Amino acid sequence: MTGFPWLTLLVVLPLAGALAVFAVNERSIKVTALAVAVADLLISLPLWWLFDASSGEMQFVESARWIPSLSINYRLGLDGISLPLVLMTTVLMPLCILISWHSIEIRMQSFMAMLLIMESAMIGVFTALDFVLFYVFWEAMLIPMYLLIGIWGGPNRLYAAIKFLLYTLAGSVLLLVAILVLYFQGGQTFDILQLSQGTYSHSLQFWLFLAFFAAFAVKVPMFPFHTWLPDAHVEAPTAGSVILASVLLKMGTYGFLRFSLPMLPDASQAFTPVMVALSIVAIIYGAYMALAQSDLKKLIAYSSVSHMGFVTLGLFMFNIQGIEGAVMQMVNHGITTGGLFLCVGMIYERTHSRQIADNIGLTKPMPRYATFLVIFSLSSLGLPGTNSFVGEFMILVGAFLWSKIATAFALLGIILAAAYLLWMVQRVAFGVPDPHMLPKLRDVNLREMITVVPLVVLIFVIGIFPNPILTRMHPSVEKVIARVFPPAAEHASVMPRMTPFTPSVERITSQTGPTFSQETQTASEGRP
Amino acid sequence: MMPFSSADLFLILPELLIVTAACIVFVLDPVLRTSNKDGLVWLSLGTLAVCMGLTASQIQAPATIFSGLVVIDAYGAFWKLLLYFVTGLTILLSHSYLKEERLYFGEYYGFVLLSLVGMMVMVSSSDLLTLYLGTELMSLSLYVMAGLKRSEPRSLEASAKYFVLGAFSSGILLYGISLLYGATGSTRLPEIAAAISGRNLDDPLLLFATILLTVGFGFKLAVVPFHMWTPDVYQGAPTSVTAFMAVAAKAASFGAFLRVFIEGLGGLKANWSAMFLILCLATLILGNVLALVQTNVKRMLAYSSIAHAGYALIGVVATGHMGNSSGIASVLLYLSLYAFMTFGAFAIVAMLRKGGIEGDNIEDFTGLAKRHPVAALLMLIFMVSLAGIPPTAGFIGKLYVFMSAVEAGLPWLAAVALIFAVISAYYYLRLVMVMYMREPSDLSSTSPRMVMSPSLSIVLACAVAGVVIFGIYPNPLVNFAIQAVSALK
Repeated sequence: MTGFPWLTLLVVLPLAGALAVFAVNERSIKVTALAVAVADLLISLPLWWLFDASSGEMQFVESARWIPSLSINYRLGLDGISLPLVLMTTVLMPLCILISWHSIEIRMQSFMAMLLIMESAMIGVFTALDFVLFYVFWEAMLIPMYLLIGIWGGPNRLYAAIKFLLYTLAGSVLLLVAILVLYFQGGQTFDILQLSQGTYSHSLQFWLFLAFFAAFAVKVPMFPFHTWLPDAHVEAPTAGSVILASVLLKMGTYGFLRFSLPMLPDASQAFTPVMVALSIVAIIYGAYMALAQSDLKKLIAYSSVSHMGFVTLGLFMFNIQGIEGAVMQMVNHGITTGGLFLCVGMIYERTHSRQIADNIGLTKPMPRYATFLVIFSLSSLGLPGTNSFVGEFMILVGAFLWSKIATAFALLGIILAAAYLLWMVQRVAFGVPDPHMLPKLRDVNLREMITVVPLVVLIFVIGIFPNPILTRMHPSVEKVIARVFPPAAEHASVMPRMTPFTPSVERITSQTGPTFSQETQTASEGRP
Repeated sequence: MMPFSSADLFLILPELLIVTAACIVFVLDPVLRTSNKDGLVWLSLGTLAVCMGLTASQIQAPATIFSGLVVIDAYGAFWKLLLYFVTGLTILLSHSYLKEERLYFGEYYGFVLLSLVGMMVMVSSSDLLTLYLGTELMSLSLYVMAGLKRSEPRSLEASAKYFVLGAFSSGILLYGISLLYGATGSTRLPEIAAAISGRNLDDPLLLFATILLTVGFGFKLAVVPFHMWTPDVYQGAPTSVTAFMAVAAKAASFGAFLRVFIEGLGGLKANWSAMFLILCLATLILGNVLALVQTNVKRMLAYSSIAHAGYALIGVVATGHMGNSSGIASVLLYLSLYAFMTFGAFAIVAMLRKGGIEGDNIEDFTGLAKRHPVAALLMLIFMVSLAGIPPTAGFIGKLYVFMSAVEAGLPWLAAVALIFAVISAYYYLRLVMVMYMREPSDLSSTSPRMVMSPSLSIVLACAVAGVVIFGIYPNPLVNFAIQAVSALK
């Protein structure tokens, strides 16, 4: 399929922008960077409508020879799973640039260049169809992120930056070995689609799964490998935190979905109990840790661990609800947590503290700010009518089909999420302010409004009409499931739990659709 | 007297031209006035450019000359082109560096050229004695160059240490050659190979000869446990010489070493590949771990160059293990890409001044990003590339080496090597951290200063272009490496 090289343009434009910010004069750096990010967003938007929702195949595919002597090609493509993630990235980037407008004081050029290089690499990761190309993009974002944390970060930034780098690098080098092993086992090709069709022996799948796991679990981050996340989040500048939470973590779950499941279906099934256990531990442990935090960024960081636990839980259910819920939740977490980090960034600019104790009772001085904070928090805890409810609900339905006990444990996470988020909101928004500690704070200005309003809109749009996203990903997700459970084996012994109950997505959404809108109304009426 | 024709002489014209240029440099140096000595630099560079053209034309026409003592083929041409390039960069770097260090020795360029001839003989010899001559010519020139900073004890120490250990290793190499001659009755690689193919491979004489050759080459390649001289010599020698040793001498030694072990001792693959596996692991582990604790950049880069020899050895082990030629091709690719990033890094160290003297401590890089953003950015690129992070040349080199290891059924070796690559990222990025994330103190005398000059700019531009362009589009170089290896018998 040849056509307009949409994806190459999407990847190359920010890279060109990164060079451009060095060419323009001091005053127009920010404007240039913003223009590039907005242009990238505008290029990505038509894809949403041009995308053929009835097909699970890769679309907008571009292919060129890159290093023929090592059979490495330049191949990009989009399917229903990567499309929402790419759009999420392009939507978030202009916001990241806007939020850094005044908060970055040194080396503005390099900062903007780093952000744009990150954008390039992130879009590349979600669209790459060649394994080496994927790995190049995957690794290429390490250095910009390292510099973002290390140069523009908080007081303990050196430690956080090197910890982030070493953790993720250690995970991904094993991925490289796995890629090379797959190359020789899968017919000397790095083509992701072709490798996803191959069959590999059980023992090989076992080892490859572990290697993939090392890379993706660190990135997600799953429970025992999560310790870099709170450090990195706390020290990173706001834009860095947003990118980390919203996009980088998704690359881990995207990796599981794009590679582990279709390429290693047997091992994925064999490892399901482990993955489910780790997910549930992450859900509950992350939530408990969030309860104990006094630092806003740390609180959100641990809530990310908990929320990403839901995503990995959904992925390893191997049913349509679980996986579609997981992809939904990847997007939702990106929007909601991105929004929360933007909120923290705004308050940090004003009070220079991220401690909850220093930011009590903001409703009085900053009513608009408090409204946004409440909306993002409610979305994060999965209030019906907001986006996260759709994702978490679908994941839990998927999990329910697999194991009721696991679902019960996962539900604990939702209760705890309500606890830590509402408690935080209670203090930060509605607490009794110490008159000495809160000098006159100016409320959210127009630039900051522009930064958060798109996310608020998305929260409700997705919360009320999730169907456009679901229909686009449906064929692609079915394709992944067909790899794990080949259609011929549908009635084999591995499936009994699922065969009697396979409601289609349409049924779920049509059942719950009306309820969403009603509850949204009540929710928005009840909001202060 | 061995018969040879004038055609033979024409085929070694590059070597002859460079020797001639070296002699002219030696003769003219005392005659010329100081202000005219730049002419020697241009003469050397011009000779290299001519030789580059001559060697490039020899790629397609393999020939064995001087009754089988020397062979002209694509394999030799690959190394020679790399060596011309590195030598050219060395001369350009030295042009600025020697001025800054107030070392006015015209002979310097002569020794660089003579050393280059030695290297060229090494990579194109198909006879062990020719090879030995080349090795000695290279080493003797390097001994002199290492001690060029006569006023500095460290430089003299480096020279003496290098000389003693180098002479020792040459002796071992020669001993290995003589034993091999005893076992096979020849010093020519094809005849040695033929003699080995009909022999019992467990012959202790053969094995002992192989071990001695390995030790001899091990010193030149600076693989663990024969690496002891490297950090001291690299630190003490003038930095331009260090760069030359770390890149050109290593490349030439690898070139000769691979030809001997593939063309001559290919029949003993099963024996030597096990030995190299151990050397390779030891080199990877010790090189990377010891680099972690260095506070001097030159020492750190010395250990890093040891570690990189370990990565290159993976390709050798892979070929020895399964006989696939991609292992050797990956070594060629690796070392040529390594040349760009290592040379670039040394060039920056050479020109970084701190209070008038060379700033070669890691701390001396503090705040370089503020004062010289371009130099810091270039160093960042070299460090990232040395750590093997894409999209840089270092990644492509590692990718190909690990591909050959996995192809040979050694995925665990690739995994171990990659884990040590993560460790290496720590010390490479520590330099980045110092440059970018530490604030320089206010005292202007303690903050680093880069001495920029046109010739240095050319060097850095070439190095960074290689790192970036081959990191994104390595295809031509990969193809050339594969073509070069196919010329090995």
